[in-house]
Amino acid sequence: MARIIVVTSGKGGVGKTTTSAAIAMGLAKKGHKTAVIDFDVGLRNLDLIMGCERRVVYDFVNVINGEASLNQALIRDKNCNQLYILPASQTRDKDALNQEGVGKILDELKKDFKYIVCDSPAGIEKGAHLAMYFADDAFVVTNPEVSSVRDSDRMLGILASKSRRAEQNEEPIKEYLLLSRYSPDRVRLGEMLSVDDVQEILSLHLLGVIPESKSVLNASNSGMPIILDEKSDAGQAYADIVARYLGEDKPHRFIEDKKGFFGKLFGSK
Amino acid sequence: MSLLDYFRISKVASASLAKERLQILVAHERSSRNQPSYLPQLQKELLEVIRKYVNVEQDAISVNFEQDENQETLELNIVLPDSQR
Repeated sequence: MARIIVVTSGKGGVGKTTTSAAIAMGLAKKGHKTAVIDFDVGLRNLDLIMGCERRVVYDFVNVINGEASLNQALIRDKNCNQLYILPASQTRDKDALNQEGVGKILDELKKDFKYIVCDSPAGIEKGAHLAMYFADDAFVVTNPEVSSVRDSDRMLGILASKSRRAEQNEEPIKEYLLLSRYSPDRVRLGEMLSVDDVQEILSLHLLGVIPESKSVLNASNSGMPIILDEKSDAGQAYADIVARYLGEDKPHRFIEDKKGFFGKLFGSK
Repeated sequence: MSLLDYFRISKVASASLAKERLQILVAHERSSRNQPSYLPQLQKELLEVIRKYVNVEQDAISVNFEQDENQETLELNIVLPDSQR
């Protein structure tokens, strides 16, 4: 049975698209046929992060409007043949997405794919609402920072009351915390909320901590999902997250500051 | 207290301050999230009724809904204007 995962946060700039690209690639590399959908209509960016921006012909809205078939719009990833990308439209029409159209496309994808990753736009407007409405699982991407934590809590409220599962009184969406841009050394100095602090406030199941890493910018610069950079700690963190989501028992990493004196002296990789 | 200590203390305070502020805020926002949907309308109509008799300000009335395991409490608070004039 296919599962729909929404990657959400409320706040912008916390790493939703980076996370969507990484976990979709991770799931596909584990051999699960995966589709990743950009719900940020008007501000398409998943295509850039996945490195397929020059191969976009048709988009999500074209499929909803019947101007293209799903197969025409889906882009097969260049690194992994189990992964497909459905780009967002660049239209400025706010009402380009509708619940019925999105539901139909997801139903069609469910026949063929094991995982469908929905990259939510920031905010709590229509695009964000539709990205989470049909979800089975929610990856709540949070930064250890006050506004992000507050917005994540707000999203949890919306997931619990405005989703299809909530409306139809089904088993609620499974919610997971992904704490990104984490700096263990700043936590140690008392400058940053710790993973325990954030968990205590949000009471969420922790799927993983992604450390602040320069590799993330390198990855987006080159259009390669960060998970493909197996040497980077952020890439490894996402690989762990995918493994944990699939039920593997992986101890948490990147929470403690393990670098020695010289590591601190010369900065993080 | 050395200069170093000064910096250390201010740094320690910031993360714990963030946690404290968030805990209060999140608790408050969660409780208002569980409020019944009729509350704003109730507040509006109550205000209209009270204004028939007393000239109170728009924000002079607050309606709070609290819920624990055993009971639900609807708390109504009206601040009357100074009566000396």
